[in-house]
Amino acid sequence: MTAALDQIALFHPTSSPDYLPVDQLRQLQLQRLQQIVQHSYDNVPLFRKRMDERSLTPTDIHTLEDMKLLPFTVKTDLRDEYPLGLLAVPMKDVVRLHASSGTTGKPIVVAYNQDDLTTWAEVMTRTFAACGMHAGDVVQNAYGYGLFTGGLGVHYGIESLGATVVPISGGNTTRQVMLMKDFGTTVICCTPSYFLRIIDKANEMGLDLKDFPIRAGIFGAEPWTDSMRKRIEQLTDIKAYDIYGLSEIIGPGVGCQCSAQEGLHIFEDHFYPEIIDPETCQPLPDGTEGELVLTTLSKQAMPMLRYRTRDITTIYNEQCSCGRTIRRIERIGRRSDDMFIIRGVNVFPSQIETALLNVEGTLPHYQIILTKHNDLDQIEVQVEVTAEHFSDTIGSLERLRKKLSAAIAEIIGIRVNLRLVEPHTLQRSEGKAKRVIDNRNEANT
Amino acid sequence: MKIQQLSVFLENKPGQMAAVFDILGKSSVNIITMSTADTEQFGILRIITPEWEKAKTVLEKGQFVVNLTPVIAIQVPHKPGGLSSILALFQNQGINIEYMYAFPCAHTTEAVLIARFEDPCNVADVINATSDFKILSEADVFKEKKSCEIQS
Repeated sequence: MTAALDQIALFHPTSSPDYLPVDQLRQLQLQRLQQIVQHSYDNVPLFRKRMDERSLTPTDIHTLEDMKLLPFTVKTDLRDEYPLGLLAVPMKDVVRLHASSGTTGKPIVVAYNQDDLTTWAEVMTRTFAACGMHAGDVVQNAYGYGLFTGGLGVHYGIESLGATVVPISGGNTTRQVMLMKDFGTTVICCTPSYFLRIIDKANEMGLDLKDFPIRAGIFGAEPWTDSMRKRIEQLTDIKAYDIYGLSEIIGPGVGCQCSAQEGLHIFEDHFYPEIIDPETCQPLPDGTEGELVLTTLSKQAMPMLRYRTRDITTIYNEQCSCGRTIRRIERIGRRSDDMFIIRGVNVFPSQIETALLNVEGTLPHYQIILTKHNDLDQIEVQVEVTAEHFSDTIGSLERLRKKLSAAIAEIIGIRVNLRLVEPHTLQRSEGKAKRVIDNRNEANT
Repeated sequence: MKIQQLSVFLENKPGQMAAVFDILGKSSVNIITMSTADTEQFGILRIITPEWEKAKTVLEKGQFVVNLTPVIAIQVPHKPGGLSSILALFQNQGINIEYMYAFPCAHTTEAVLIARFEDPCNVADVINATSDFKILSEADVFKEKKSCEIQS
């Protein structure tokens, strides 16, 4: 079963699973679903217990529709079963472990057997193919290497594609720029916020990425917006692709944009997507916004049944102009875990980002500071001034400030205190962007 | 006849101004004149210097946001009513001044008014066509300063 990947087959519409006729795809999904439910039931005590509680047996799954009978899995299940309670194969068959950083409580551990790694490399190869990459590309992988799935997941995908990988990992931004220039990097993989940091650093070094051979960026691991994509593309003359993944499912490689850049294709022959209402947990039809739930159809070491991602999106079932038949989801703009509530209103940082970007010429280096004053929530948005929208008159800066603050108020419905700050004063991330600083509890104590 | 003014964005907090002039001093940039505009949150520092190119480079390297702004330097009599006469001209011509600042030349009867207009070229044309006021070139302004220094 550990057949070497046939890259040629993965690229061609006649043989890549991306282009399977829909009825064949559904048939394959059902067959895999039945196998994975049986495998999970037989080998994972938690899944067995939950199915028994519902008087459900694996043989009750007759159609893909029957998926809704299965119990959900949530992030805390992985914490509660720390480290390897959800393992579905003998430990001797596990060839790789990854873990989340575990900033809140115990980390989340995920395991892979050899077949899982092959699947992972396959979906990453299909990701890169969709983004127009090929053998001969020099790919700088600035995702963090180590326990985080981003670095190694992307790494083996690049090797499997036959491209050249530069395993630089995250951080050391000056060296990132230097190697990008000296190695003639054609594609970079990192978080979008880190790429903005790289653009900044190149400018500081007196270099313009437009003069570099780089032509594409594979960005993920944090929510970002389509306007930010256009901004990156404008600043650097590259194509900026959004990829989607999460460790609990496999890591990067769950879905990606294609050349059409209209939503992200989910590799649904391996990861079955559903949308549910996060309140009622009822499945919603394609085209309706809700929480994304994923079921791994082929992963053996640690299968996930109906894993609640907390990512809010919509499934598109119309066929994409690129010809792929696998369904797409809308770019993840909101995650329930970066949402904050201010004066009773739910606000997502991405909403503020959209507002900032809608006002012409604003680079998204910003930070949201939440404080409490006389028991009332206060929100301040700090935005770094850049040379391109700095003018020599107070009036024009005040106009910019008002415009930004009005754009935010229009989207979130709350007035914010908008502060223009000097460049490079906001905390930069070498990995994920820290957009929200919540000091409300501190102020009260 | 426009001259280049450096405009620097500053947050309104202690030490920001010192940081700018520390950089300029260490780079041996001499300042002809300057002014500041401030609000509660931020300010703008405006600088006239012959070495504006170098000043811009070193300030940007120090991670300040710097813009070059075209302003006009006009020679005005350094005596009571000197400024008023040019302002009367602007008033008559319906010209709006965005902001202005001035420096006198010690031991001479002249002062230099630095002013910012929305359309500097048009203003220069109007001044030349309707008055005897002299619009100074970059060389004039910097020479003016030098002659001040020599005499003082």
